[in-house]
Amino acid sequence: MPELAVQSQGLSKRFGRQVAVDAVDLAVPRGAVYGFLGPNGSGKTTTIRMLLGLVRPTSGGHTLLGRRMPDRAAEVLPRIGALVEGPAFHPYLSGAENLRRLDAADRTADPGTCTARIGGALDRVGLTAAAGKRYRAYSLGMRQRLALAATLLVPRDLLVLDEPTNGLDPQGTREVRALVGTLAAEGATVLLSTHLLAEVEQVCTDVGVMHQGRLVAQAPLAELRAAATPRARVTTDRPVAAAQVLRELGLTEITEAPREVSAVLGPVPPEKVVAALVHAAVPVRGFAVDAPDLEELFVSLTGEGFDVSG
Amino acid sequence: MSAVDAPRLPEASVRSGRPGRARFFRSELRFFRSELKLVFGRRRNQAGMAALAAVPVIIAIAVRVTEGPTETGQDPGFFSAISGNGFFVALAALGAELGLFLPIAVAAISGDSVAGEANLGTLRYLLTVPVGRTRLLAVKYGAVVVFSATVTLLVAAVGLAAGLLLFGGGPVTLLSGAQVSLAEGLLRLLGVCAYLTVGLCALGAVGLFVSTLTEQPMGATIATTMLSVTSFVLDSIPQLDWLHPYLLTHYWSAFVELLRDPVALDALRPGLLSALAYGVVFLTAAWARFGGRDVSN
Repeated sequence: MPELAVQSQGLSKRFGRQVAVDAVDLAVPRGAVYGFLGPNGSGKTTTIRMLLGLVRPTSGGHTLLGRRMPDRAAEVLPRIGALVEGPAFHPYLSGAENLRRLDAADRTADPGTCTARIGGALDRVGLTAAAGKRYRAYSLGMRQRLALAATLLVPRDLLVLDEPTNGLDPQGTREVRALVGTLAAEGATVLLSTHLLAEVEQVCTDVGVMHQGRLVAQAPLAELRAAATPRARVTTDRPVAAAQVLRELGLTEITEAPREVSAVLGPVPPEKVVAALVHAAVPVRGFAVDAPDLEELFVSLTGEGFDVSG
Repeated sequence: MSAVDAPRLPEASVRSGRPGRARFFRSELRFFRSELKLVFGRRRNQAGMAALAAVPVIIAIAVRVTEGPTETGQDPGFFSAISGNGFFVALAALGAELGLFLPIAVAAISGDSVAGEANLGTLRYLLTVPVGRTRLLAVKYGAVVVFSATVTLLVAAVGLAAGLLLFGGGPVTLLSGAQVSLAEGLLRLLGVCAYLTVGLCALGAVGLFVSTLTEQPMGATIATTMLSVTSFVLDSIPQLDWLHPYLLTHYWSAFVELLRDPVALDALRPGLLSALAYGVVFLTAAWARFGGRDVSN
């Protein structure tokens, strides 16, 4: 079993009577870009707060980079960069001064290289020009970038990014997704929480789906995609004959409708299906291969849609 | 690459390992300096300090303009002594600001300490750096102590400068009637500042505790100010004399004991013990409260 960057067992949080997080067993493999997906209010942020030791779980426990939390927080948290529920900085300090403040708080950071590291982090998120500007004057997108820069002050083994593209314009969103890809390529594990399915599809290797405080699914994305089996759909006015051809080809789960037949394609190439139909003199008025996309898959898991517009 | 391999590498190759003692102090000093920069660099606090420094100037000018026979107030003669010796502007200003202005200043800094970071959301980022909660409280309270000493010395220094400029200086006539050199007077003034700082630090401990209860820094500041004012009010009600020794501000005015000859150190001891007790109780309470709190902002 590969070592996990984040592992939780039965992690739960109750606020009074309300159960915010219910027995979540996260398993984030090392080197993964793990999409932590769920609609707003599904318990993602509370889970992340528990992972980072900000909120105490009502029950359950977890390890980060193989170390038990919160006992070994002082040792493991410096290796983790976190963006939790939006950026937060001192409004009357500049971007660079805010980063300097966070760096000064880090016992493990080398003060000698502080200026260079801050410059590098600001450069990576494209904020160099605004480094000396007061945070108060930053736009939402710039604030988000500064929060990302703070996670890059020192090399990290794990990045926990809660909705990192919130408030960014399309260009900024692309840049951040590219940055996440680069960080992962450099070897960091990324736990990326989002309510955008498109984000998961574009950058993630693994996915965990939260719904009403529960982790309803967790798997490598490729595995989920494979599970989403494509179906061949034939439009014809001789459905019975068409169904016969499909059956002979070895397609399964054949359904017949008055003017349409569909079946699970399996390993059969679609062009072979069309050739066989034509050969059997079945008039083909339309032919399509439908692969249910991830959205349909997740809707079936959660019974709810995701915002895929952004 | 290195990150993936990290578990197999010794911890020391990823980080520079267990910090030595010298490095430990250097990193703590660095964080403390950053905190001081935050407190003293903030314009709101600079404006507050300017207001505190303005009071001795106003006192000096007012006395200068209206020079003449002054009525003897309840203040132990500092105001009436000003025209004879500018030295007393410092003491008159400290006495005048002790009731409200200095407590407000300390309440503002201590009330803001934890609640201000929580309000901005910067608290969650400090804690994930990570800054241990005990360490954060220690640094925050350290800054409150430095601030208390700074404002007290500031009022005294500005008062001294304004007084000497407008009235000149000279040997200081103490409350007991004896005369000491200006140099010794200055030494005693430093003693007064130290004693008042200790009292203000006790108030700062209360403020730090209140600051861990809320995410509204202004609320914490107002609550702490009200506690200090209430303490002064209760202290002035004779029927409550049984309560007076337990009040936070009861012993503050004992600073005048430093202006007698010989200095009545015995009279200062209860004030120092009271401040110590307040400090220990409220810092412990702050630690207990903040240590296990969920940070959900």
